[in-house]
Amino acid sequence: MIGRIMQNPVALGVIIIAALFTLLNTLIIVPETRQGVVVRFGEPVRIINRYQNDVPFGQTGAGLLMKFPFIEQVVWIDKRIRDVEMEQQQVLSTDQLRLQVDAFARFRITDPLRMYIAAGSEERVSEELRPILGSALRNELGKRPFAALLSPERGQVMDNIQAGLNRVARQYGAEIVDVRIKRADLPDGTPLDSAYQRMRTARDQEARTIRAQGAKQAQIIRAEADASAARTYAESFGKDPGFYDFYRAMKSYETTFQGGGPDDPQSSFILSPDNEYLRQFRGR
Amino acid sequence: MDKNIDGEARRGSILSAILNMAGPWGNDNGSGGEGGNGNGGGPRNPWGNPPGGSPGGGRKGASSLEELFKRGSGGGFKGGMPKRPGGRSWWPLMAIGFIVLWVLLTSIHRVSPQERGVVTFLGSYSRTMEPGLHFSLPTPLEQVTKLDIEDIRTIDIPEGETEKLILTGDQNIVDLAYSVRWNIKAPELFLFQIAEPEETIKEVAEAAMRASVANFTLDDTIGSERTEIEQQVERNMQQLLDGYGAGVVIRGIAIKKADPPAAVNDAFKEVSAAQQTAQTYLNEARAYAQQLTAQAQGESAAFDKVYEEYRLAPTVTRQRMYYETMERVLSKVDKTVVEANGVTPYLALPELKKRALQPPITTVEGK
Repeated sequence: MIGRIMQNPVALGVIIIAALFTLLNTLIIVPETRQGVVVRFGEPVRIINRYQNDVPFGQTGAGLLMKFPFIEQVVWIDKRIRDVEMEQQQVLSTDQLRLQVDAFARFRITDPLRMYIAAGSEERVSEELRPILGSALRNELGKRPFAALLSPERGQVMDNIQAGLNRVARQYGAEIVDVRIKRADLPDGTPLDSAYQRMRTARDQEARTIRAQGAKQAQIIRAEADASAARTYAESFGKDPGFYDFYRAMKSYETTFQGGGPDDPQSSFILSPDNEYLRQFRGR
Repeated sequence: MDKNIDGEARRGSILSAILNMAGPWGNDNGSGGEGGNGNGGGPRNPWGNPPGGSPGGGRKGASSLEELFKRGSGGGFKGGMPKRPGGRSWWPLMAIGFIVLWVLLTSIHRVSPQERGVVTFLGSYSRTMEPGLHFSLPTPLEQVTKLDIEDIRTIDIPEGETEKLILTGDQNIVDLAYSVRWNIKAPELFLFQIAEPEETIKEVAEAAMRASVANFTLDDTIGSERTEIEQQVERNMQQLLDGYGAGVVIRGIAIKKADPPAAVNDAFKEVSAAQQTAQTYLNEARAYAQQLTAQAQGESAAFDKVYEEYRLAPTVTRQRMYYETMERVLSKVDKTVVEANGVTPYLALPELKKRALQPPITTVEGK
């Protein structure tokens, strides 16, 4: 029998291939990044490489495992942290202001069996969690005034959202690792435009204030200079007001009556002989 | 010996085909067909199956490379498995060679100084290779993934030139662009812990940045507090990622741009224009003040000097100054001296007007 088979290369090949196939169907290489549910005729029988907290890599259930060939199948489930990407949500604060919020949650499948029964795949879990994350966010943020929404990390908000989401996630065998608000923007249109308008007017006010302050300072500097000049003059001229009067008059005459030049018509003087200047002229 | 002849014939046919560069498929001329003809099988393709011949060459010890090549190309591929049990086929040797090569290639690893090699034994994490030469079991058993842990990677947010608007603590909007630099700290965590590490880092960066900026005013974000924001974001990111067990280190956040949004940029420019204007006002005022003070000091100093002299001889000085001034004034102007009291002086106003247009003529009227 064996001899005949050995002589028939086709049969030998078939046997080798069948044996290999069976072997491959029996052995399962479980990587660190996956956990699995072993399903026998559609019924889950055991879990391999289940996620456990605080078990270092290398000591997990990963490695080479055996299963019954053909009658048992492995449903692979991601063991790593995955994310739930949420669509933008519009949140209405208690003071009736709108905010466009974009958040994400990170989760991990901790109970593969429950997940397999309840959702079937990681993508489904993600899809199921998405609307719940949205509504949890809306509910929790909608209880607060706008100013508090800008930094929800300060208060209890994020913890509440995470707790709410975790309750649902547990039904799918998942655990929420973290919930974060990625973006919080003003919605396009009126809210954004009015914010821009407010920023513009605030800057306009600032600009005007700066200009007015500058003008004020300039005026003060000028006035101080005037005052100090007056003081200097007074100190000096006050020594002899009579002489100052004469001295200044002389200067003034010189400046005032100094004619000449193209656009300065010459002055004409009509002098009386009684003029002080002509005193000697008259020979008296 | 039939096989031998056949082998010779094929060999001849191939050689001549190669030497003559005649088409091996050609059959009308050239020696390419001769070898085939010699076999009595008619013209044929040397790559094809020799008629009735077994591809397994029976030549003992003919293990030259040329022979190997001939075997391979001469129909060994089509021949498939050796048909004779225990026959000396080249296939087992080649298979062994391939396996040896495979084992050598997949079990010796050179880990560069900046790399770490993560070894998994049948899927299970076994160890991390430090730089140097290392051995592992061949590939299906142990697998080595090399990761560059020194390479500092950069994530730019936002990608490209789009505006990234973030609300600040005083409900203003700022346009931010920043980059996150990170590298791998624990390669095994990096590989096994998170599904999409890069995407995770990016999202965590966005969340941390939004949270930090919400604690600062617009002016702080644009101006003085940038460094503080960068440090906060770095700290928060590291904390979050450590919480995930991501196995990465955040090396730094660099805010490349923190500007008001384009829509309100003009208003912000207006502010700096106003600062310039205010500065201009101040400069002008200071210049005026300098000028005025200097003038006052100069004039009073001049007066003081003259006064000192005047005090020594008041009358003379006074008269001297008077005459000198009058001289300077009156020497350059028209003068009319009217003698008698009874004479009404005629003031020639038309004359004056005319003179205004003409070059001045000095008229001296005396008695």
